[in-house]
Formats: sequence, structure tokens, C-alpha cells
Amino acid sequence: MDNRKLFVSSHAPYWHNGSSIASKSYNIMLAAIPAVLMGIYQYGAPALGVITFSISCAMIWELVMNLIMKRPISIGDGNAAVIGLMIGMLLPAATPWWVVLIGTFLAIVVGKQIFGGIGCNPLNPALVAIAMLFLSWKGIMDFNEALLNYELGFPMVYPLSTLKYFGVEAISEFSAGALLMGAQIGGIGSTFGLGLIIGGIYLILRGFIRWEIALSFLAGVFITALIFNAANPDVYAGPFFHLLTGYTLIGAFFLSTEDSSSPVNFIPMLIYGALAGFLTVLIRNIGAMVDGVVFAILMLNLANPLLDKIRPKALGKEMENA
Amino acid sequence: MIKRPFFGCGKPKLAYAGIDGPEQGDIKDIPVSERAVLFVEAPPSAINDLSFQAGDKIKTGQNLRVSPFSKAAFTSTVTGAISNVAKKKGYLGKPLLSVSIDVTETDEFDEDFARAVQTEEPEETGRYLSELPGAADLNALIHPKTPLETIVVNGMDKDLLVTTQQMIVKSKADDLKEGIEYLKKITGNPKVVLVVPNYLSTEASKSGVEVLTVAPSYPNSLPEMIMKDVLKKVVPAGMDSMSLGVGFISAEGVASLKSAVTEGKPPVAKMVTVIGKDEKTQVVRVRVGTPIHSVLEALQIPMEQGDRLVMGGPMTGRSIYTEEMPILPDTDAIMVQGRDRIVLNGNDPCINCGECIRACPVRIPVNMLVRLLENSQYENAAREYDLLSCIECGLCSYVCEAKIPVFHYIMLGKYELSLMERAEESANG
Repeated sequence: MDNRKLFVSSHAPYWHNGSSIASKSYNIMLAAIPAVLMGIYQYGAPALGVITFSISCAMIWELVMNLIMKRPISIGDGNAAVIGLMIGMLLPAATPWWVVLIGTFLAIVVGKQIFGGIGCNPLNPALVAIAMLFLSWKGIMDFNEALLNYELGFPMVYPLSTLKYFGVEAISEFSAGALLMGAQIGGIGSTFGLGLIIGGIYLILRGFIRWEIALSFLAGVFITALIFNAANPDVYAGPFFHLLTGYTLIGAFFLSTEDSSSPVNFIPMLIYGALAGFLTVLIRNIGAMVDGVVFAILMLNLANPLLDKIRPKALGKEMENA
Repeated sequence: MIKRPFFGCGKPKLAYAGIDGPEQGDIKDIPVSERAVLFVEAPPSAINDLSFQAGDKIKTGQNLRVSPFSKAAFTSTVTGAISNVAKKKGYLGKPLLSVSIDVTETDEFDEDFARAVQTEEPEETGRYLSELPGAADLNALIHPKTPLETIVVNGMDKDLLVTTQQMIVKSKADDLKEGIEYLKKITGNPKVVLVVPNYLSTEASKSGVEVLTVAPSYPNSLPEMIMKDVLKKVVPAGMDSMSLGVGFISAEGVASLKSAVTEGKPPVAKMVTVIGKDEKTQVVRVRVGTPIHSVLEALQIPMEQGDRLVMGGPMTGRSIYTEEMPILPDTDAIMVQGRDRIVLNGNDPCINCGECIRACPVRIPVNMLVRLLENSQYENAAREYDLLSCIECGLCSYVCEAKIPVFHYIMLGKYELSLMERAEESANG
């Protein structure tokens, strides 16, 4: 029996549809390219520096944590690179290098690895980092202050701050078309609305993000802003302004759809997205902060385990509490 | 291997292999091999007091009790001399005895078989017909725990790429008619329906019973799905269709019954779809008990180190470690997978992508279930996360981005639960 052929044995099924974590990560990065390229085109080398440094730092933190925790090396799955890319896209082009270093540390180590790595993070790691940076160094995340030295041929003021501090009349200089084409200041990869929408549609059609979350988030923002606007158009901006400014689009397609911190059942996905959109506009319109996307999504990340308990009854399952 | 489509944000769509083309028509006969192996489900202790021994002659169709103290019996599918009896374990630890027989070329048929079949005495016929090709467990239909209201003759194949049952419906629809009549006699005249994929409804109507059609997309042919979609009955979690008075038999099983009755000889040939390394299929007719290597040799499919050999289809088959394994009465397919096509499981945890939730036909929260199963929380998994609702289609593993062996975890969970239940029962007396 020495020369008996050995066969590979395992449990069914013996087919796989070919999807993988790595292909998902690389496709998300691919979808982000239009928006990132526009940021680099607008702000030049500093933007490129922030993006690339952020991606590489995130991967290095991941590698360091793999080695410290004696876990398999997981930078190949691209998840750390995606988190780094997201942080880079949310930061202004003039961000100092040490902020990027700290930001990626907060995302990868505090936001992801101490919870157990990929799939175990209760919050979106990139948003954890951005929220902590925002609370720690207000000036860095204030786009008006950070991008003071740029002159790009469109109003060099952050649309949402203008709305907050100068009211609806002051935002008349922003046309929806210009906002869509990226004529606004903000995070490197979060201002080019059209690019983000194209990337988002690509991800939805390929099935890499859950369309229910992205669309319900946008619907939540739109409807809430519409209600505020209808109630008092002199104080509250219209829904299209809210959709096209700040982190709304990157939030809808890239941040709220992060796998591990968002629900998977149909109705919870709709509630999650809609509530995050609702909360975003609520923070913008009556809260203290200029943009509400970061904290709105983080709040709903916390509610995710509870929301996901709303699920359909499995076939053949008896209701016991009837 | 069917890959995920380029654009795909919904459920996976997997179609069963159809048999519209004429090239499917030729069925290859595999010659009888020199040695045959038959499996009998029997307690391991039976080997100590066997009622036969090595060297005993056995005829085709002869029914032998394994031991005087056990009800376990088998009907031989070959003529020859018993050469060896050994203990084996089947899927999920099922105790088996394997009986090896040195086959003589010309068949001698046992006369008792014809007599027993004609008596239509449930006890007698049940003993002889307990393991027909395509009807591995006819006794469950003859002696049901709940009275049978309906018998579903399943003319659909259980798995992808397999065309065995469809072939029977297409080529032997007349046999089905007589087989169904006999089946009704020995099972107390329940209602019989024939379920076929929608493109075979014309052929199926020759059977003379009610024909119900199903869209040919996976996993519509599994018993629980047929119950839900066609008979509009939901099988409670953890039970089977028999508890609702519905029995299943494959179309081939019915055709076997017909030939057993009209010819008075035991049906010994099993139709098997052989799926080669290039996923081309060939239907063969082969004697039950023939080792798989004889089939593969006849079709010139070489097996090499590192390949995978599967009894059944790509989604639900069981991989085996030796080519010596015989064709069993319920082996509808053999699949050979080249080592370059084997997808290994990953070691990432669940990333909560939700693909399994979309794919699951019975709405199990697979993402939560797999977390519990990974941590051996089997009872909790059954109580909170619907482990027992699983109909075992394998789609969750098929779509898993982290390549977690979800289906394997589920079967392990079910097995561990059954062990716990058994331990509890024996503790309670």
C-alpha cells in the first residue's frame, strides 16, 4: 500500500464562485481611483504624498501587528490598504506626515487589530481614526484652515462650514454641477462627486458592496434634508447641496458599506442606511459639528448588532413565543 | 466550475445540467469487474457472529442475513464467492460491513427473488427490494413511521452537472408507469406525483400520474425545496418530509422496481453520471458493487496523486480517499476533480460580507451561525441561529469570500448535536 495515490479529501461543496477578500479589496481601490486622481490633480504632490503614505503606513501597521500577535501575515488581503486609502481620501491634502502615521495607527491597531483583525471590528476603522484625529487636532481636520494656501479657481471655503456659519444665502455661489465636478475643497478623495458615484455604481453592480446600504443612506440624507428645507428654506439648505458636499458620497459608497460594521439582512440594511443619513443631516443642521457623516456612521455601527437581529424566519422554524 | 458573473449583486444562479442535446443519448455499459464490494448497514458487533463466511457461494438476487441476531440483510448484485467481510464506517460514522465478492462471469439468478417480489407481502418484498439501484432505502417507504399520503417520484437530479434521473425520465417514461403502479401496491396506495424539470414535462406525462414541474435552478431539486415550492408544505426544522407523510423516491428507483417485478430478476445496474476532470459528463450503466476504479479505467480517466474523487456532484457529493470504493445503490454521480481545479479553504474569519445570507434558500443567518459553530456552540446554534433548518445545499460555502468551510461546520454541528441527543437519551434510560 506504500505507493497508493493520495487524494485530496474535504467536505462538499467542491466548487467555489471564485470570490475572495483580496479581489474585493482591490476592486474597492479600483473604484476609488477616479475620486483620488481628481484630488491629486487638484492638490498636486502633497495629495499624492498623503494617499501613498497613508496606504503604506496602514499596511506596515498591519504587518507589525501580525508579527507581534504571531498571526498569519494578512496584508495580502488588501484590507489594510483599503483602510489606508480611505483615511487618505478623507484627510485634507496639507495633512502633516505624523498625523497620517498616527491616523493609520488608530485605524489599524485601535480600530481593527485589537478587536481581532478583519471581520471582527465593530466600527469602521477608517472612521475611528478620523473621529479621533478630529477630536484631538481640530485645526488639521478644519478644511478652511488646512487648505488656506491653495488657490484652485473655485471658492476656497468648505461648503458645509459656509452653510453652518453664514447661512443658506452664502452657499448660492456653489452650483450643484460644480460640486458634482469637484469644485469644492474637502478631503483629497471625497470632493469629486461624479467620480465617487461612478465608483459606487461599479461596486454595486459587481456586488462588492451592499446596494441597500448605499442607496438607503443617500435616501436618508435626501429625505431628511428635503424635510428641513421644506420646513424653513431660509435656514436649511436643499437636499442636493447635502448630497454633494462633505463626506456624503464617500460615506454612502465606501464608508457605511464596510462589511464587518454593517448589517447583512435586508430590513436592517435599510434601517441602518436611512438612519445614518438621517443622523448626518441632523448633525449638520442642528448639531454642533460641520459635517455629520463620520459620527452618524459610527453611531449606526454601534447599533449594527442590534439592528441585525431583525431577520426573516428561517424555513421550518417554529415561533416559540406565539 | 461556475464562477461568479462579472456583474452580480444578487443571488448566485446555478442551473442544473439539461439533457436537451442528442449527444447525451448514448449510455456506456461498464463490464462487470472481477471483484465487487457490497455495503450493509449493520452494527459492528455483527461481524462476530456472521451467518456466512469467506468462500460461500452467492447468487445474484440472493438475500442474506448478516447474522442470526440482526435484522440487517443485503441482496447480492453479483454471482460469485464471498472473499472477505470487514468493518467500515460510512458518512457521519454510520457503521457498515463491507462484503467483498469474487465475481464469476455468468450470472445465476436466485429463484426466491422472483417469488418474494410477486407475493406483494410488505415484509418479504421489503427484505429483497431494500436496496434497489436508485432506491437505496425502499423500506422507509414500505414501513413509514407516519402513514404515507404522498410519494414524490423525483425526476430531478440532486446536484449540478448530473443527468442520471433526467435520463431515466427521458428514456424510460413507460417503465415509470408500471413501476409507480407496483409502488402504490406495496406502500398502501398513496398519491404519487412525478416532479421533473420543466423541459421534461412532455416525457413525464407518459407516466400517467400527476406531473409537477420545477425550474431547473439549484437547489430546487432538494426534497425540502420540492416540499416548499411544489407541494406547498414546510418541513419543520430538524425533521424530514416523512414526518409530514411525504416520501421521496428517485425516478430510477421506480424504474428499478418495474424491472424487478416484470422480469423477476433483481435490477443490478445503476446509472451513474461520470464527471471528468474537464467537467464533461458521460452517463454509464454499471453493476452496483463495482469498484470506482473499474469505471474510471473503462472511461480512461486517470486519477493522480493530489486529485479529488467525489461520489456525487460538485455541491453535495462526498469526497472519498480510495478508488476501491464501490458504486452504491444511491450513487448518482462520480466526479473527478484535477488538482489544478481544487479550491482550498482559507483561514480568514467571517468578514460579514453577507453573500451567504443572499444565497441561503432557507434564510438562515449563516454569518452568525458560523461564528457559533467555529466555537463549538452547537446547542446555541440550533436554538438561536437555525442550524437545523439547513437543507444542506452547500451554497453558503460556494459563495463564501473568506472561503470558510461553512457547509462542513454545519454538518459537524448537526452531527455533534445528534451525539448529544443520543447521550441524553441513554442517560435518561
